[in-house]
Amino acid sequence: MSNSTISVAEAPPGIEGAGFFATSLDNLVGLARANSLWPLPFATSCCGIEFMSTMASHYDIGRFGAERLSFSARQADVLMVMGTISKKMAPVVKQVYLQMAEPRWVLSVGACACSGGIFDTYSVLQGIDRIIPVDVYVPGCPPRPEQILDGFMQIQELAKKESTRRRNEPEYKALLASYGIE
Amino acid sequence: MNYQPQDFLPIFVQLAAALAFIVATMVATHSLGPKRHSKKKDDAFECGIESIGDARTPISVKYFLVAILFVLFDIEIVFMYPWAVNFKQLSWTGFYEMLVFMGLLLVGFLYVLKKGILKWEK
Repeated sequence: MSNSTISVAEAPPGIEGAGFFATSLDNLVGLARANSLWPLPFATSCCGIEFMSTMASHYDIGRFGAERLSFSARQADVLMVMGTISKKMAPVVKQVYLQMAEPRWVLSVGACACSGGIFDTYSVLQGIDRIIPVDVYVPGCPPRPEQILDGFMQIQELAKKESTRRRNEPEYKALLASYGIE
Repeated sequence: MNYQPQDFLPIFVQLAAALAFIVATMVATHSLGPKRHSKKKDDAFECGIESIGDARTPISVKYFLVAILFVLFDIEIVFMYPWAVNFKQLSWTGFYEMLVFMGLLLVGFLYVLKKGILKWEK
């Protein structure tokens, strides 16, 4: 089985013994959070359709812990903005992000959400990072499900490495203040 | 079979375990999780748009009536459970008593029917 393509997940650094494994709380919480991210699919256009196929059985985002989507911001971890956001829709996106419970991440899927895409016009918001802080950008028009999954895995890496104190720290407050969010 | 009071201990143990789990997870998540509040964040969630007013609107009384009638007749059925357990011991006396009980409730049910309370489309 030396050339098997199956690999075992790496354990975080810790002390191992007979029947126990001790690691830091941050690592444990990060691992739990990363493998159970519940997305809020803010699907607007064509990228939303690509996300639908990502949710379906062939590409299956449920493998990564995102089996249960949440359209309620209070119960979601990741805000996945997929599709063109017009300037009329922008306050809605901001309010939804505002009302998400901490810790929260934002995945911007597709060219329109990242930068306005092909629609360089008066009515389209030129990228959601003008209104909310974005963690991972997935380019593409639309990106293939594999690319969306890659972006989601990057969010998982961020969640794994994040310290449990980060959301209470002043740097985070400053980041949000720069967007006009308390 | 005669049940001693201590035979019901597993029920209380299960209740205590359920309560302990709830308390433990609430304490753990509230201490581990970030706590950030702001006025806009704590507003009622209405899919990103401003929520206007409160949700107090007049609701049709038929919902209340159906619910309350359910409670009444459900209690009646609950009373029939002890009768079912002690059926043989209560024999004919118990039967006539239950008949009176159910007869009184049946009169109430006829009243409900005649008054048209269960007509949903009015």
